[in-house]
Amino acid sequence: MDKSCASAAEAVACIPDGATVMIGGFGGSGGPIELIHALIDKGAKNLTVINNNAGNGDVGLAAMIREDMVGKLICSFPKSKDPRAFTERYLDGKIELELVPQGTLAERIRAGGAGIPAFYTPTSYGTDLAKGKPVGDFDGRSYVQERWLKADFALVKGELGDPMGNMTYRLAARNFNPLMCMAARHTIAQVTKLVPAGGIDPEQVITPGIFVNSIVEIANPQQEEVLNREGAVYP
Amino acid sequence: MTDFAEIKLSNAQIAWRAAQDIEDGAYVNLGIGFPEMVAQYQVEGREAIYHTENGVLNFGAAPAEGEEDWDLINAGKKAITLKDGAAFFHHADSFAMVRGGHLDVAILGAFQVAQNGDLANWSTGKGVPAVGGAMDLVHGAKRVAVVTDHVTKKGDPKLVAECTMPLTGVGCVTRVYTSLAVIDIEDGHFVLREKLPQISLEELQAVTGGELKVQGTVADLIVPEL
Repeated sequence: MDKSCASAAEAVACIPDGATVMIGGFGGSGGPIELIHALIDKGAKNLTVINNNAGNGDVGLAAMIREDMVGKLICSFPKSKDPRAFTERYLDGKIELELVPQGTLAERIRAGGAGIPAFYTPTSYGTDLAKGKPVGDFDGRSYVQERWLKADFALVKGELGDPMGNMTYRLAARNFNPLMCMAARHTIAQVTKLVPAGGIDPEQVITPGIFVNSIVEIANPQQEEVLNREGAVYP
Repeated sequence: MTDFAEIKLSNAQIAWRAAQDIEDGAYVNLGIGFPEMVAQYQVEGREAIYHTENGVLNFGAAPAEGEEDWDLINAGKKAITLKDGAAFFHHADSFAMVRGGHLDVAILGAFQVAQNGDLANWSTGKGVPAVGGAMDLVHGAKRVAVVTDHVTKKGDPKLVAECTMPLTGVGCVTRVYTSLAVIDIEDGHFVLREKLPQISLEELQAVTGGELKVQGTVADLIVPEL
């Protein structure tokens, strides 16, 4: 089995207009910047993007939004140091926002990957974000029903990967990445180092290869926070 | 009338007071911003284990400038360091720790706290809405405490009979540390536990939006200069 791909461009070539795309990362940590930039190079319109944030500055997801590739964003916190790209379009009514509490976002993605269509959570009960959602009482407390989230594609970033799709993550760059690998029909991963099968100790594997469809080595990956501190603009 | 501006506790002093209630070995989540100051005043001889939503347990202080690794951040997107015995995990596990009742204490900021424990701390109702982990954090921790100024910049009470701002959670707050007092929320009431000795109960009640109940003695709120 060999899921490895020669380039980021080749890996994202299959993403069409209108697709739902999960993008891993939390703030500047764990975002697959090279895959996002390859998608910007390819171009795609009217995407629904699922990410914790709405990008920062002029690179990565913020650049996708600036290029008017995103019609709808599902996220928990669309604010950052420099959220201009999203904020301007949101206030102009040019981008739709589905705001989801962060833990609910994570669990909805996990549920999507695990084949669980809905679940109940205490989060958001009695608040504006629970409006219109079914409520259930369990053992004397009230809970809000939330539905699974699935995607056509996931773009994720790992540290070590092998051609089977097995992956590890670096530090806190793990965040949403393993969950999104599970919840997408086609998961595309960039890893800092691609090793032969057997090169990752099976005890250290965080994402088993069954959840990954395509894997590309990007040595010395860019890091969103570092790019923003340098004032980088893409393209 | 006492001039509260002269005597009220600073944010550092409120954080110090909140830190005194964190037991040795507690698992703690501190909200972004002001609540993060609580970690600076951990009581000597006690060790708390700090949790951050983006998947780290047992992180430490910020690294020296230039030493940051931007893959190692907290929920406020600030660089952190690791202590011995730290652990990484993904977001679903992280919020299982939160909702699943595994955290001992969550300490959050507030726009308003109501006498029934309702909390409003995520939205002013204007601009781009952003909730992050606030609505999750108010559920599951054994204690959900708030650190806050007693009144708004305009002088309006932040402890109110009923919240008028968008709610973060219903009936979730158990204790409030303010710039003037320490107040528990029990059975739908504010119960005054400690107050600055320079302020009378009547003066405190005048800047509090719900009735302050007194059960037994009210201790003096004594905090060092910081």
